[in-house]
Formats: sequence, C-alpha cells, structure tokens
Amino acid sequence: MIEAVIFYFFGAVLLGAAIGVIASRNPVHSAMFLVLSFFTSAFIWLLLEAEFLAIVLVLVYVGAVMVLFLFVVMMLDVAPDRLQGGFTAYAPQALVIVALVVAMLGVVLWAQPGQLSMLEAPPRAPPDASNTEALGAVLYTEYVYAFELAAVLLLVAIVAAIVLTMRKRPGLKAQDVPAQLAVRREERVRLVRMKPERDE
Amino acid sequence: MTDLWYGLPAELQRTLVVTSQVLLLVVPLILSVAYLTLAERKVIGWIQNRIGPNRVGPKGLLQPFADVLKLLLKEIVIPAKSSRFLFVIAPLLAIVPAFATWAVIPVSPEFVLADINAGVLYVLALTSMGVYGIILAGWASNSKYALLGAMRSAAQIVAYEIAMGFALVGVLMAGGSLNLGEIVRAQEGSILHWFWLPLLPLFVIYFISGVAETNRAPFDVAEGESEIVAGFHVEYSGMAFAVFFLAEYANMILIAALSATFFLGGWLSPLQGIPGLDGTFLAAPGFFWFALKTALFLFLFLWFRATFPRYRYDQIMRLGWKVFIPLTIVWLFVLGALVWFQVGPWFD
Repeated sequence: MIEAVIFYFFGAVLLGAAIGVIASRNPVHSAMFLVLSFFTSAFIWLLLEAEFLAIVLVLVYVGAVMVLFLFVVMMLDVAPDRLQGGFTAYAPQALVIVALVVAMLGVVLWAQPGQLSMLEAPPRAPPDASNTEALGAVLYTEYVYAFELAAVLLLVAIVAAIVLTMRKRPGLKAQDVPAQLAVRREERVRLVRMKPERDE
Repeated sequence: MTDLWYGLPAELQRTLVVTSQVLLLVVPLILSVAYLTLAERKVIGWIQNRIGPNRVGPKGLLQPFADVLKLLLKEIVIPAKSSRFLFVIAPLLAIVPAFATWAVIPVSPEFVLADINAGVLYVLALTSMGVYGIILAGWASNSKYALLGAMRSAAQIVAYEIAMGFALVGVLMAGGSLNLGEIVRAQEGSILHWFWLPLLPLFVIYFISGVAETNRAPFDVAEGESEIVAGFHVEYSGMAFAVFFLAEYANMILIAALSATFFLGGWLSPLQGIPGLDGTFLAAPGFFWFALKTALFLFLFLWFRATFPRYRYDQIMRLGWKVFIPLTIVWLFVLGALVWFQVGPWFD
C-alpha cells in the first residue's frame, strides 16, 4: 500500500520533471528539471531494492555529469527569447522514436498474451542481503569481458578528450611551470644605483 | 506511561523512535555548528594575538545566538532580475546534504541512524550534491561576481571530488566493506592499526581535498573577497546568507567526522592495545574518542585559515588534477600489492 503511494508519487514527479526538461524556456531550468528526474528515478530504483544502482545514479549523473552540464549551460550565452518557437522543429524525428518505444512496449505488454502474468514480482530480498556484493559477484565473473570492454571504451574516451585539448592553436597562452619555477632573481630584478636628488 | 506507549500502533512507535533519534543527532549538530563559528573566531584571534569575541555572555559564549538573532531580524533582499525560485531554494540545497549525510556516520559503537551497506557510496553521492546550492546561488543572483564564484566553485569541487573518491576506494580496499561501521571495526587493534598509516598519502589527500570541497581557506576562491567581493553569496542577506554560512560549517564538521571515521578509527580508543591499559575505561571505544578526533580535524581547518594565503586559481586546478589524482591512483596499486601479500598488521 505505502509502496504504491510512494511509487505513484515519484512516478508523477518524474513525468512532470521530464516534461519540464523540454517545456521550460530557460536552459538552466531545463537542466535542473533533468536533475530532478534523475533523482526521482533513483527513488524508484530504491523501491525496486536496487540501492547500489540508485546511489550510483545520483553520484554519477547528479553529482558529476549534471554539474558539468550546468557549468556549460551557464557559460553559454543563450537568450531565452531566441529559443522560442523551436519547440516543434524536431517533432518528426521525435515521433519516430516515440513510435518505436510504444511498439516495443506493445510487444511486451499485448502481443504475447499471458507472458506478463507469468512474470511475478520477485521475492523480497532478506534484510542483510548486500546489493553491492550481488552486483560484484556477477560483474566480475559472468560479465567480466563486457565490463572490461566498457572500461577500455572509457579509457579511450579519456585519452581522446585529453588529446583534443592538447592540440596547438593560435592565441593559446599555456603556462610552463618548470620555467616559472626556474626563474631567478637576477632575471627579473635589476638594482639601479642612483645619485640622491635633492633640491639644495 | 508505559501502557500508553505499548497501546500505540507499531508503525507509530517506530516513527516516534526514529524521529527522536534524528533529533538526538541533529540538535547537537546544529549547536556544534553554532559554536564552531565562535571557536573559529576565538582560535584565529588567539593565533593572531587577539582576544576574539568576549562581550556577549560569560567569556563571549552567547555570541552565536546574538549573531543568529541579528541575521534573523535582517531583511532578505531578492534581486529584481534574479531567478526567484532558484534564488530562494539554493541555500536549502547547500545545507540539506550536509545534514543528511550524518544518517550513516557511526558516532559511537551503538549509535548509527541508518546502518546501510552502501554507506560510503551514500556519503559520496550526498557530498557531491552540495555544489548545486553554490552553482544555483551564483547563477540565480544574476550578478557577475556571483556567477564567477559559482563557476570557480563548480570546477574546483568536481576536480577534488575525484581525488576524494579515489582516496575512499583505498579505504574500502583496506576495510573490505562499504559500511562505515565495518570500516571502523576493521581498524581495531591499536593506534598503529588505524588506516592513517597504510593509507598515509590517501589520508593527506582526502583531508586536503575535503578542505577544497568545503571552499575553505586556502582554497576559498569561490568567495575570494579580494577579487570577487564574496563570490556566490554576494547577493544574499539576512537568514538566506546565514544558511550558506551554516552549510559551510556543517560541511566542515562533516569532513572532519568522515576523516576521523575513515582514517583515525572513528570511535576506537587511541589507547587501545597498550599493555596495562587494555581492559580499562581508557581503552574502551566510545563517542568521546569520535568527538575528540573530529575536533582535532576541525582545529586543523581553523589553523589552515589563519596560516595559509589563498591559492591562485590555476594552481588549485593543477594540484587537484595533476598531483592528487595521479598520486591516489599510484597508491591504489601500492595498496593492491599490500593486500595481495597480506602485509601486517593491517592486511593479515
């Protein structure tokens, strides 16, 4: 009972926030709606007893990805009135994606009658069951190659991102720290002996 | 009285118990935040050969209450072209994670509010939320200085969070658990069994990153009075400003408590394992030792502020990305070797 109430409450907030992401005129407000929708999805995952994934969702997406997102959005000089009217520009593509998702849901829900009723809710895990351990047990045994492939992909992405910033471009003012530290007093300071100037 | 209690429905009983536990944790926490502001002014006063506040109440002990009263009575000015809702909600976003994280911190062997398995992850997730208050405050104020402060803070916090995360990876490798109580128990033995010794570089990096995360001196470029007035909270006044102020101090206490838990054995006694003292009350674990260690780190925060000049912004970035993160990764490999070869007394 109470779980259903919590589920529908967060479900409603999630849908509202998702609509807010595309409906709000201000890009920063959109980004904040996206944060809210990540947060509410994390709560729904908590209801499904996926604590590890829920916390990691908040940690990675809310704590890191969206902070950088906001960083960029705030630095961009996007006037809100320039964004007006562009709401339906991507409607055809969006409709195609929506149709695909609806078709997939339809296949699962209606095209195979009786399938869904066979999928009963899994039993509650005992209170001392560790989500993290369960995840690690399959991640490092059964799915170890997929896991390592994902790690390699991330490594390639990191190297690519660094290479992109290392390119030479005109007007670049880079600091050479060893050169800065190697500066000696004689190179910067010149003592000048002057005769005293007095009006006598 | 007992009849009345047992007459209540079980759900209500549980709610009442949990609520009173939360109050038992939060009320002393708010009081410590208030007195930390006084302690800071006193300690820095003494370091600078001054007396510090001593007018309100005996020895100035009522100063925090006078400050709160003053800020409560001040007007909260909301700038005309600000984003009103985000402007008002930003201070709350700053202070809520600082308090919510305390739910998983074991303050004594018996008392922890939520003994969850993924405690370290919960701590990381919530401490990474605090930056939203700062960024949104800077943006919603619609002011140049505030936005500059917010941008500096966002870049700095993201950089140091990674170093902190890697340092905690070391802690959970050594502790073998994500549960904070288990991590403390894994350090049992003596002062040499605590994780500060095998994880010494991670310990130093964690605490320095914690100082940077809380935007405290010498990493307080987000405020940087001499360059950008007061940074992200330049447009805030009255109680709205006070909430940011309290969030900063609550975060300091939090980082101090976390450092004590992860690296200095939390509620374990430093006198444990000394022949002759074992078995006496001095070697017994308890809340007192946790509070003492937390206070030690808090003193370091104040000491830093009175001692170091502010870092230059690009140097902060270099320290975070090019020194701390590589160092933590190297030490993870060293730690892996220590665990693999079961080097005592920590990993046997």
